[in-house]
Amino acid sequence: MSQVEFFQQLINGLSLGAFYALIALGYTMVYGVLRFINFAHGDIFMLGAFLGYYLTPRLMPHFPGALAAVGVVVVVLLTMALCALLGILIEKLAYRPLRARPKLTVLITAIGVSLFLEFGGQFVFGADPKSFPELIEDRALGSGALTITKGQVIAFVVTVLLLVALTFIVKRTKLGMAMRAVSNNATAASLMGVNIDTVISFTFGLGSALAGVAGILWSITNTTIDPLMGVQQGIKAFTAAVLGGIGNLPGAAVGGILLGVIETFVGGSSFSTYRDAIAFALLIGILLFRPAGIFGRMQVEKV
Amino acid sequence: MNYRHIKKFALLAAIILSAVVSHFSGGWNQYHLLIIITIGINIVLAVSLNLINGYTGQFSLGHAGFMAIGAYVSAYLSTEYGANFLRLFGGHAGALAIALLFLGVLILGGIAAAVAGLIVGVPSLRLKGDYLAIVTLGFGEIIRVIIQNTDAVGGARGYSGIANYTTLFWTFALAAVTIYVVVSLIDSTYGRGFLTVRDDEIAAEAVGINTTRYKVVAFVLGAFFAGIAGGLYAHINNSINPQGFDFQVSILIVTMVILGGMGSTPGVVLAAVVLTLLPEFLRWFAKSDLLDWLVRHAYQFLSPEHFAVAAAKTKELFESRMILFSILLIALMLLRPQGLFGALPRRKASR
Repeated sequence: MSQVEFFQQLINGLSLGAFYALIALGYTMVYGVLRFINFAHGDIFMLGAFLGYYLTPRLMPHFPGALAAVGVVVVVLLTMALCALLGILIEKLAYRPLRARPKLTVLITAIGVSLFLEFGGQFVFGADPKSFPELIEDRALGSGALTITKGQVIAFVVTVLLLVALTFIVKRTKLGMAMRAVSNNATAASLMGVNIDTVISFTFGLGSALAGVAGILWSITNTTIDPLMGVQQGIKAFTAAVLGGIGNLPGAAVGGILLGVIETFVGGSSFSTYRDAIAFALLIGILLFRPAGIFGRMQVEKV
Repeated sequence: MNYRHIKKFALLAAIILSAVVSHFSGGWNQYHLLIIITIGINIVLAVSLNLINGYTGQFSLGHAGFMAIGAYVSAYLSTEYGANFLRLFGGHAGALAIALLFLGVLILGGIAAAVAGLIVGVPSLRLKGDYLAIVTLGFGEIIRVIIQNTDAVGGARGYSGIANYTTLFWTFALAAVTIYVVVSLIDSTYGRGFLTVRDDEIAAEAVGINTTRYKVVAFVLGAFFAGIAGGLYAHINNSINPQGFDFQVSILIVTMVILGGMGSTPGVVLAAVVLTLLPEFLRWFAKSDLLDWLVRHAYQFLSPEHFAVAAAKTKELFESRMILFSILLIALMLLRPQGLFGALPRRKASR
């Protein structure tokens, strides 16, 4: 592999990793407060892409010429808001009634919700892949040996900005503090006057909004979307979350970037046909040898 | 005649009954026969998954992977070496020779799947709940990707030219054997250990039960029967491809186990029958005049072009079994998490 090729793969890997990081954050946050894997999270990512698909042709004509950038922001914000609403709704209807039940019950419900969104999506949107409208022109920047597209740069910048915003929310705001408190010890937090239901709704909303952005960013660079796209990306993002240490926010970001880079390099090698199995193999490896991930701390189970 | 004898008698009766019914099934509608055989295959899958998920409490989402291994190994052996084997019996391939060959490849397929079950069972020692579910899902997908990249069995194109050895007799005789093995195992002194692993692993370990061994045995035995089911599936469908064993198939089997009630063999058998027939019934309903009539009256206020779309979508809804299963899963968890026949776990004493 030449040096140019190496850096090209690195750039592609970083921008791919940015998507994984955005979705992984949602898994990790929900796991942090509820200790369960929200299987339906990858499908919120898919719905984000489809919301972008339907909103763009309806909203963009109202923002002609120089206003186009405003239009993009409006589409993205609206998608985030709708995804957040959906995430909150799913939690309220499907997970909240089961909170006191065995974990397995919630897990099976989450699988059910995930399937419902996938095949309900297939029913509503149609099963065939759709080409995403040109929200932002995804052209190559510069003319050197390396190719970086505008979409890749935007994806990366947006991810970093959202990470900063998220860190601010979690570390500096009152709700963020409540989130950390619930994650640390839900019973104690509720005794201290933290409204657990609000915190959980907020967490679902935040995570789903990030997944919605990820859906749009993904569609800008990959151009085709379909109702089952959330399955693969969801599992990969989950792997990223576990890689970084589930429940750990910076861990999810680092895990996402790392997985993106690893996957791109394997995709460029002679094992390219095994690319989709990489995430699984990695996941199994981590869970077997270091289940706490890179940043997580091992926890001793108390009887 | 005590309980143990009744079980053996029931097994024998079931095998004889499948032989008799199979003998008279020659003139049946091929499509109906295929559905009936699918019911039998699904019974084998659901009952064997119930040993892992229901009785031992290790939530596995990778059953389709074991099924795939059994299907591919048995299909490969019978297609590539079947002719040579039958030649050993002289020029004409008698029914006995074919039976020996088929049973042989089914068992070899089952053993191959059992080896995979051993490999998957080992991580189950360390993981539980959500993590185990996602790791078994991962194993299932890895198996699929490996098959997709194996040219000897056709890769992504699939493997075709498989002989049609699966009959009603083989399917239901093997389903009866699966039920017999699982029920006898759980009823035995040794088998009670599976339940203790599910109910309270720490307490089980404290009284000297080797929980590790029980988990591995559950995975190996469950995978073995899933492999047999895969072999039956391969020899009724002329060709198989890796997409036929994806995540959706695992979910389908999990839904059967959950609907029937985790840890209830009669419930799971009934659920396998119901969930195989239900999509067929809905598909029939989608094509029926009755739905046409209902649609015509329900949507009469719509303009012609809207009517056509609404009518087509309604039909599609009835034909989509995955939407049905997802709603069924969610509704079951919210309203009756123990399934049709399962018992709720005993409430733990408050501390």
